[in-house]
Amino acid sequence: MSEISIQLENLSFKAQQLSDQASQLALSAVETTGGHSDFIIFGITVLVLACFVGYYVVWSVTPALHSPLMGVTNAISSVIIVGALLAAGPIDATISKYFGLAAVGLAAVNIFGGFVVTNRMLSMFKKKS
Amino acid sequence: MSNLTSVAYLISSVLFILSLRGLSHPTTARRGNFYGIVGMAIAIITTVSNPGVLSYKEIAIAFIIGGLIGSVIAVRIQMTALPQLVAAFHSLVGLAAVFVAASAFYNPSAFNIGTVGNIPLGSLVEMAIGTAIGAVTFTGSIIAFGKLQGFVSGNPLVFKGQHLLNLALGLGIIALIAKFCIDQNPEYFWMIVAASFLIGVLLIVPIGGADMPVIVSMLNSYSGWAAAGIGFTLSNNLLIITGALVGSSGAILSYIMCKGMNRSFLNVLLGGFGGEQAASTGGVKDDRVAKQGNAADAAFMMKNSQTIIIVPGYGMAVAQAQHALREMGDLLKAAGAQVRYAIHPVAGRMPGHMNVLLAEANVPYDEVFELDEINRDFSETDVAFVIGANDVTNPAAKTDKTSAIYGMPILDVENAGQVFFVKRGMASGYAGVQNELFFRDNTLMLFGDAKKVCEDIIKGLEN
Repeated sequence: MSEISIQLENLSFKAQQLSDQASQLALSAVETTGGHSDFIIFGITVLVLACFVGYYVVWSVTPALHSPLMGVTNAISSVIIVGALLAAGPIDATISKYFGLAAVGLAAVNIFGGFVVTNRMLSMFKKKS
Repeated sequence: MSNLTSVAYLISSVLFILSLRGLSHPTTARRGNFYGIVGMAIAIITTVSNPGVLSYKEIAIAFIIGGLIGSVIAVRIQMTALPQLVAAFHSLVGLAAVFVAASAFYNPSAFNIGTVGNIPLGSLVEMAIGTAIGAVTFTGSIIAFGKLQGFVSGNPLVFKGQHLLNLALGLGIIALIAKFCIDQNPEYFWMIVAASFLIGVLLIVPIGGADMPVIVSMLNSYSGWAAAGIGFTLSNNLLIITGALVGSSGAILSYIMCKGMNRSFLNVLLGGFGGEQAASTGGVKDDRVAKQGNAADAAFMMKNSQTIIIVPGYGMAVAQAQHALREMGDLLKAAGAQVRYAIHPVAGRMPGHMNVLLAEANVPYDEVFELDEINRDFSETDVAFVIGANDVTNPAAKTDKTSAIYGMPILDVENAGQVFFVKRGMASGYAGVQNELFFRDNTLMLFGDAKKVCEDIIKGLEN
């Protein structure tokens, strides 16, 4: 009896090892390839849903404010500065960093320019006194 | 990306949606703009606190220089030059997208997308597409800016084989993207950029000056898609959501502008409208004589009217007549008349441009109406005062199937008791079509500069 129980223990130990190896393989597979392709599907989901949100929100904008709408969308499309900041982030002076810094500058022109000009436009819209 | 970062980006996304939502009414619009600013601030602060971002000093310098330039331009710009400004700003978003993609290509580890020469296929495709859209937005917007500002001729530039060349270039870019994804050679990256720069120029040169509202909206849309493309490279939902919002906004505005001209989007893109055809048909002699009046007559008749609708067009803005026009409106209101303004969807050089110009001249927004809101009221109106508009009032659009503008929605000014038409001369409008309205019995032409005519009427009203 004791022999059988020892064998069983050995077997279960080996099974445990195998399953550990399998799960590690699966994990590393996700890290190298699967992780990103997962984001593509996720990203497309977000993109399509955001297009629907955009569609309904933009149709609710009054035509009188279509110019300010362009000003605001212009400013918020500069959210690309998020990528520019990550690119400009590293300490080492590389070509990549300078591209990032240039993009930070360009996006900043747009952010400030877009919000300021929109605010100027909107401050002109007044009701009958 | 930590959970905290993701939540902060989500808050930014929601604030951006609320900022567009605020524009549904002038009373909530400024709060909307504020939401947008807060959303952007959260996005920037969150990104700067990322452990990978360390060069604070250089970033601050680039940010402050850019911010100062943007603020100064935005404070100084004249409202008539708004379309050029927006086009110029779009070009910057496009160029920034190209720079971010280039940066990701040369240092992929900063974005967690592998190492140099070893970037995963998916990221390469996204990077290449983001770059191409960004580059097209950059040069396309620069040409649009040049046309609006008058640096480049507003006439459409058409040549033989133009569309074939564009098609070949488009296919070439796709082939380059495929090559780039296979061997990750920097030369292919820059060839994609160069070919996209070229196609951006070629897409916009054949488009006439007055089609620019559609093009400015379209480039607005492109700048959004460029941001979304970069969002895929960075696996960042904030960029994807914002890009989709901007992209759909620009697409809807282009659609509204096309509908306002009864043209298909493809027809605008193929270009060539408003160039030679306008010159040829504009030269046709018309023997009919339009009745001519003077400012004193107009002042007398309007003083005795109960209801007046003013129809302003881009010509009014060119003549800088909006302040004189508003003063004229004020005097008429003081004399007891109801004064309203009717705006055609394509009045001005960008969507909603005319509303901003009138608002700048202190016209209250609740006296300004869109075509659908006011068109029925012309038949119960004593006087329609058309200033600087032409094609958008031409009744031939409803009756003459051979007319170039047939089917375009127009303001039914001919139904008003009396029409005053302020115009410099008898020349035809942008579409090159003679306006039937000039020869109607109830139309009186007031020839002269728009501002001068308004000032003369003001004198007549004050006497």
